[in-house]
Amino acid sequence: MIPVECYFALSALLFFIGVYGFVTRRNLIAMLISVELVLNAVDINFAAINRLLYPNGMEGMFMTLFVIGVAAAESAVAIAIIINVYRNFKSDSVDAIQNMKR
Amino acid sequence: MFEYTLFIMLLPLLSFIVLGLAGMKMQHKVAGLIGTCSLAIVTILSYLTAFQYFTADRVEGVYQTIVPYNFTWLPLGNLHFDLGILLDPISVMMLIVISTVSLMVHIYSFGYMHGEKGFQRYYAFLSLFTMSMLGLVLATNIFQMYMFWELVGVSSYLLIGFYYPLKPAIAASKKAFIVTRFADMFFLIGILTFGYFTDSFSFWFADQGTDIVMGVGSTPFIPGNMLKAVTAGGLIIPTALTLMFIGGAGKSAMFPLHIWLPDAMEGPTPVSALIHAATMVVAGVFQIARMFPLWLQYAPEALSIVVWVGVFTAFYAAAVACAQSDIKRVLAFSTISQIAFMMVALGVCLVGHERMWDNHAQLGFMAGMFHLFTHAMFKACLFLGAGCIIHAVHSNEMAFMGGLRKYMPITHITFLISCLAIAGIPFFSGFSSKDEIITACMHYSPVVGWIMTGIAAMTAFYMFRLYYGIFWGTENKEAHEHHTPHEAPLTMTIPLIVLCVITVGVGVYTTLGGFLGWGGSFGSFVTASGEEYTIHFDPQIAATSTIIAILSICLATYIYKGETQPIADRLYKTFPKLHRAAYKRFYQDEIWQYVTHRIIFRCVSTPIAWFDRHVVDGTFNFLAWGANEAGESIRPWQSGDVRQYAVWFLTGTVALTLILLCI
Repeated sequence: MIPVECYFALSALLFFIGVYGFVTRRNLIAMLISVELVLNAVDINFAAINRLLYPNGMEGMFMTLFVIGVAAAESAVAIAIIINVYRNFKSDSVDAIQNMKR
Repeated sequence: MFEYTLFIMLLPLLSFIVLGLAGMKMQHKVAGLIGTCSLAIVTILSYLTAFQYFTADRVEGVYQTIVPYNFTWLPLGNLHFDLGILLDPISVMMLIVISTVSLMVHIYSFGYMHGEKGFQRYYAFLSLFTMSMLGLVLATNIFQMYMFWELVGVSSYLLIGFYYPLKPAIAASKKAFIVTRFADMFFLIGILTFGYFTDSFSFWFADQGTDIVMGVGSTPFIPGNMLKAVTAGGLIIPTALTLMFIGGAGKSAMFPLHIWLPDAMEGPTPVSALIHAATMVVAGVFQIARMFPLWLQYAPEALSIVVWVGVFTAFYAAAVACAQSDIKRVLAFSTISQIAFMMVALGVCLVGHERMWDNHAQLGFMAGMFHLFTHAMFKACLFLGAGCIIHAVHSNEMAFMGGLRKYMPITHITFLISCLAIAGIPFFSGFSSKDEIITACMHYSPVVGWIMTGIAAMTAFYMFRLYYGIFWGTENKEAHEHHTPHEAPLTMTIPLIVLCVITVGVGVYTTLGGFLGWGGSFGSFVTASGEEYTIHFDPQIAATSTIIAILSICLATYIYKGETQPIADRLYKTFPKLHRAAYKRFYQDEIWQYVTHRIIFRCVSTPIAWFDRHVVDGTFNFLAWGANEAGESIRPWQSGDVRQYAVWFLTGTVALTLILLCI
């Protein structure tokens, strides 16, 4: 039996890797991957805590599945946007799209 | 029984919508026929209404006021704005006048406007005008009347400016609209004052004394709270009525608000006949007649304002008419003068007479309404005749006319008959009505009576000056060389003949009836009290006014009939300044120009404009500047750098978490 702290540690690790990646990377695809990492960290937390606190309940598990589904949709949309950004700006860097603020 | 009266208003509205939306795609003839046919149906319905209304039984000798439709449009607490149809003797009489003249003008316009650009638009506007005028006279309350009053003003504006490429037409239409609007402002203030203190706008309502019962002939019944207003101040009702009269004076071209009417002659001539002679300009007279029970009951002293404004206007307009050279201007000033006659007639009802509700004391009311009726017919005929003449010689100036009687026999005869009618010669309709007015004036005060007799003489003089100038005198061979004048087509002469037949028919019937004391003439239908009144001429007054009228016609004949006019020329040379002043309308336009431009614009408008531009605009500009600056100052936060946003977001989240943990 793996102790529950390991799950939390993994989750925290993934979360901070994700946040760090989101903040530091300039490439849009890399940023998208980072966001996915953050979501996965949350998924792990949901599953672990559900198991720990309510062994008979399944809500946390379902939430995990739901987040995976949403993440899939979100990445599809994000990739579509990134493709369009690339077509328009000939670049996949966030710095290229700074002038979208106006 | 009178449910069909709704169609009297709806049909012209419908034809306005049809012609206004689809007219431009139609052929001229089709558009004209649509307008004329709907008007013909309206005329038939109006005559049917009049027949049914006046053959219905009187109750206690009075025609009942009938309200076929009345619904509340806007309830506002105690007050409510209603829309509906009200039939009483004066509104039914006005139905006849409006529909008859309007139908004649519709038919006439086929010939007059033939081939004109915008023919369909013209018919659409005529329908709009007819609808609004009918709505005005059928209104159940003063507010509805005001709405249609404004609609009438708009359609008058549109029709005066019909020839919109011409500058004078545009200027005239704007002038007419602005002057009448200015007067209508007082009308609105009067209405609101009245409504505020009496909790009612209605002329008549069956709602058990919550509204003023004010059919013709009834003593106005006013609910308790208003009675306080009446008895306490005593000035509220007279003030409100006087303000309303200012509105009426604007519409009816009373001095000094008359300045728009002569200029309104820039519009097509049939429009002048319909709007600026027969119907719209008598709206002010109608308004006073409508409020008449209130005037008598609560503001009898204020009626003297009406009298003196009327007397002065009648004199002024008659004097100006003697010196004008444009035939339509002469007719316009004669219209102003004749409307003033009606105003005077309404004003001279004997107030304070011990038998105040007696018909004899109220003769003026009947006379004014009668003159409205007869004047509408013969003045429309005169204007339409003038239209034929203008059509033939292509000018409004008398200098281009002269000797036209050979070329235009029908126009000549009808014009002559109408001139005799307006001059007040027995057996023509104008005689009967004018004689009643002068009789009423004599009862009121001999001074007013004699002044009005004098003005009637002036009327006969300038009308025959006009007549001789057009049909006799020297022919302008030079102008007629390239283009021989010819009689107008049938569509134009038939309306003239119809109106003339009405003038003569009414004239013969009422003149004989008046001398022999028959009942059944105008006094049987419309009187102040609603009870029957048999017109009976006072032989002395009738003889005096007839002799004076004949004398002034002889004078006009003597001066103006000949090939040359030595006397007129000598008079002109002796009093050049007087002639010039009269020709320039005694400088009324210049005075208005001076008052508006130099005094009102400079002393009132300029400071207000400064205040608006600097203080009002400044406040709002300052607010806008502040908002703009605030936006600019926080704008750099929106850098567009996604990672920066992410850092801020993260920092914020961490900070929030820490705060929550600390708490």
